[in-house]
Amino acid sequence: MAEAFKSLLEVKDLNAWYGESHILHGVDFEVNDGEVVTLLGRNGAGKTTTLKSVMGMVERREGSIRFKGSETTKLTSNRIAGFGLAICPEERGIFSSLNVEENLLLPPEVAPGGLSLERIYELFPNLKERLKSQGTKLSGGEQQMLAIGRILRTGAKMLLLDEPTEGLAPVIVQQIGRTLTKLKAEGFTILLVEQNFRFAATVADRHYVMENGRVVDMIPNTQLEASMGKLHEYLGV
Amino acid sequence: MTEIFGVPTQALFGQLLIGLINGSFYALLSLGLAVIFGLLNIINFTHGAQYMMGAFVAYLLGSKLGLGYWWSLLLVPPIVGATGMLIERLMLSKLYKLDHLYGLLLTFGLALIIQGLFRNEFGTSGLPFSMPAELSGGRNLGFMFLPNYRGWVIVASLVICLGTWFVIEKTKLGSYLRAATENPALVQAFGINVPRMITLTYGFGVALAALAGVMAAPIYQVSPQMGADLIIVVFAVVVIGGMGSILGSILTGFGLGIVEGLTKVFYPEASNTVIFVIMAIVLAAKPAGLFGTQK
Repeated sequence: MAEAFKSLLEVKDLNAWYGESHILHGVDFEVNDGEVVTLLGRNGAGKTTTLKSVMGMVERREGSIRFKGSETTKLTSNRIAGFGLAICPEERGIFSSLNVEENLLLPPEVAPGGLSLERIYELFPNLKERLKSQGTKLSGGEQQMLAIGRILRTGAKMLLLDEPTEGLAPVIVQQIGRTLTKLKAEGFTILLVEQNFRFAATVADRHYVMENGRVVDMIPNTQLEASMGKLHEYLGV
Repeated sequence: MTEIFGVPTQALFGQLLIGLINGSFYALLSLGLAVIFGLLNIINFTHGAQYMMGAFVAYLLGSKLGLGYWWSLLLVPPIVGATGMLIERLMLSKLYKLDHLYGLLLTFGLALIIQGLFRNEFGTSGLPFSMPAELSGGRNLGFMFLPNYRGWVIVASLVICLGTWFVIEKTKLGSYLRAATENPALVQAFGINVPRMITLTYGFGVALAALAGVMAAPIYQVSPQMGADLIIVVFAVVVIGGMGSILGSILTGFGLGIVEGLTKVFYPEASNTVIFVIMAIVLAAKPAGLFGTQK
């Protein structure tokens, strides 16, 4: 029997290393079921490493990461995927030796209740017209849609998105924003790494601010306006 | 007697046939090397020894258990493939984070050890291996005489090569393999057990070498040295085709077998070196090989 738990994802005192370098120094945060939560912070603050640690993609990690009450720190990433987590990495991870359709169908189903292909084409109509193209021949925006689209099919209900708007035209950024809002309405939980807090403000419920491998502040989206001064200082913009 | 370019057609087609046979083995072996290199990033120098093991296990199944050629064809690839998986789990898996060179040194050392053990046990003179009765004899094709067994080797090798190509390029399983070749960490994060896939892939590559060994047993003599002689040429084939390219290794394997056969007809002095001359030219013009992509 799973014990009672409050949050969908609870991270406590997370430490992580790449080789000899100690990147995360005790990260604490939590994500509730159905929330959209962002990790904000400057380059090198440890946002991507935090996301990869949750997914089990960082080899050496200590502390506690609980998903639906289960401790996942000791598990390999393929086991963690089985809990219903899926990642969309910063470099998008589109496979060049696979066409668009193969990329889309690659991640295996981990739970029932994923979106149907029709629904994914509805969200991202561009993909349907390019199914036989080589994955990396798509535009940056289309590649991002493919990277998000392919993890919606698997039944994973918690999405880890690493800077999905990076380097994209404003109109594409808006489309991705609308998509995230729709996904939230369908019950997905989203942990989002962002540099662009103006974009984050349009989709998120809460923001965690990271500095030097730690979470230093939490700002509910409703208080974002009031906290602008503080946030500018954190992000150095 | 009919002649083409001053060469009797009998001799021409005869050498062409020998070229195709050699090409069949080049293709099967370089295909296994390509599959292994693609996913494991390891240049499997043990491949020749594993081909030799295939021939010897077939010989042993026959002499100790009385099992014939067809049983060997069925049983030897999984048996030798299993020893490959053991090697991968116990040794190769420790090297993935290190430079290519370590994998090359380990597999080269293993090849020497395995060959030494077999030489110690069976001596250096070749052992006979009889052809299956169903494939003895031959048929007259009008322009040449084709021994049935040789025809079988060419057809079987083509079918296995194209089947492997189809599975890798056109199926779901193959898409996992191709994706894991590019970005194993992400494929694993999607929920696929990549370490297990790597073990099975190495086992499959080794099984292909062993299968080639069984097919070679009735044609060449079964001897501890048989793989070492062949593998040098096969590495040249792999370099010409392009490291890791599946279709490249198949086409270059058959193609170079034929080129070698034709050289024997028109300029026999060069027949042992022609593949290496081609390798030098290809490397100068296209360092990644004919079908390879620069990484």
